[in-house]
Amino acid sequence: MSEFGIKVEGVSHSYAGRSGASTVALKETNLEIARNEFHALLGPSGCGKSTLLYLIGGFIPVQKGAIRTPAGVVSAPGPDRGIVFQNFALFPWKTVLENVVYGLRKQGRSKPEAEERARHYIKMVQLAGFENHFPSQLSGGMQQRAAIARTLAVDPDILLMDEPFGALDAQTRRVMQEELRSIWRNSPKTVVFVTHDVHEAVFLADRISIMSARPGRIEHLVETELGMERDDGVIASKRYVELCERIWALVREQAISASRGEH
Amino acid sequence: MQLVIRYLPVAIFFLVWEIVTVTGLVSRQLLPGLEVIFSAFVGLVASGEFLFSAYKSLTRAAAGLGAAIVLGILIGLFMATNRIFLWLINPIVRIFYPMPKSALIPLVMIWFGLGDSSKVFLIFLGCLLPVIISTYNGARGVGQVLLWSASSLGASRFEILREVILPAALPDILAGCRTALAFSFILMVSSEFVIAKDGLGFLIGTLGDGGNYPAMFAVILAVAGIGFAADRLYAAFAASRLHWKEQS
Repeated sequence: MSEFGIKVEGVSHSYAGRSGASTVALKETNLEIARNEFHALLGPSGCGKSTLLYLIGGFIPVQKGAIRTPAGVVSAPGPDRGIVFQNFALFPWKTVLENVVYGLRKQGRSKPEAEERARHYIKMVQLAGFENHFPSQLSGGMQQRAAIARTLAVDPDILLMDEPFGALDAQTRRVMQEELRSIWRNSPKTVVFVTHDVHEAVFLADRISIMSARPGRIEHLVETELGMERDDGVIASKRYVELCERIWALVREQAISASRGEH
Repeated sequence: MQLVIRYLPVAIFFLVWEIVTVTGLVSRQLLPGLEVIFSAFVGLVASGEFLFSAYKSLTRAAAGLGAAIVLGILIGLFMATNRIFLWLINPIVRIFYPMPKSALIPLVMIWFGLGDSSKVFLIFLGCLLPVIISTYNGARGVGQVLLWSASSLGASRFEILREVILPAALPDILAGCRTALAFSFILMVSSEFVIAKDGLGFLIGTLGDGGNYPAMFAVILAVAGIGFAADRLYAAFAASRLHWKEQS
């Protein structure tokens, strides 16, 4: 591993509960992600994978340990780390174009320059022609395309994705996965992709962290070694099928113990 | 056609009114006929009395409501974003909200006298609370992911307040202002009733005291009409501001 993209060093995190008792969401977690690596965080719900993502994003404060990026130690959100959420989080009162322009204007770009750049990214996510639509006029898949365009347009070093395709139907989901992978190939970034879908993780990622629940920690680290090209051929390959089975077996243990509330 | 169907009950209401007065079912002293009321209204307009009173009342209502909307939105936003401010203001707002503001009329008269300021203050006070509460609720309800998205795109705290929280809370704010608009009419008339030398509420009071019931009814119906028109205009304005919402 040459240059690093993200270093998670001994990070623990707990949430204060209502009764005063705190829930440990993440315990002594270490992880190093290479620059321009596509990394998936995989695990059952409640395993702290989203918590880890939000910590990297700087949205919640680091309580113990440290998170480093090439831009320095993470202490707050910043445009070097873009994020895409499951429910799109577009500004509903802005059109697609205005949504994408928003972050570009914050970078100090002039309006014409921001709009030109925004149109380029809108085209890249296949939304040309929908620039002046409001999010409420778009399907879920189209809204997520717009959200991805908005995040990519400001050109972050790191792309954080919180189950971005979780709210989409299966067909749209597949198309979006392929497109995301090809966008990433054309302009490489460090990607942290949170999902509970084994197939999605294997299809997209270079490496997968499999997390355990309560307290959340990284139990296994798997390299997919499926090559750069990811298409139907990969899905039909023996390596892909075996990998999915192997990883599913690892996740299954965690899911069972999580659903039984074991510690 | 839809409009006709929607407001048909109003026509039926006036028809019943006309029937009970013409047939003498209800004494004309208590409920004058519509044509008598209409001619009294024409007389009030011709003398300039009605327009003068309406001007006085509506400027008071507009001043009180306008100040309440501006200050209410600011207070509501700060309550939603500042814990200490919330702790300080919230219990006071909650206690005063259900209290009828007209109960303060005698007190306000002592403080501000009989001039415009007493009415404007009362209207302001009554309209302030619904605006504060709706703004606060709207601003509190803004999705965490929307705020995080804005901050990761490089927005400062103040920019998030102005460019994300305010527009996201707009549907609630507009609804609160509509409630405030109705309150402003209620407080306008009721305060002028008790403490005023002019205005629509004062006119209703003096005409009633003088036994001129047709003219009194004329002013009451005119106030209802103005209030209705203001509400419809406001609703159209609010809808135009929320064109981005899903059409339903």
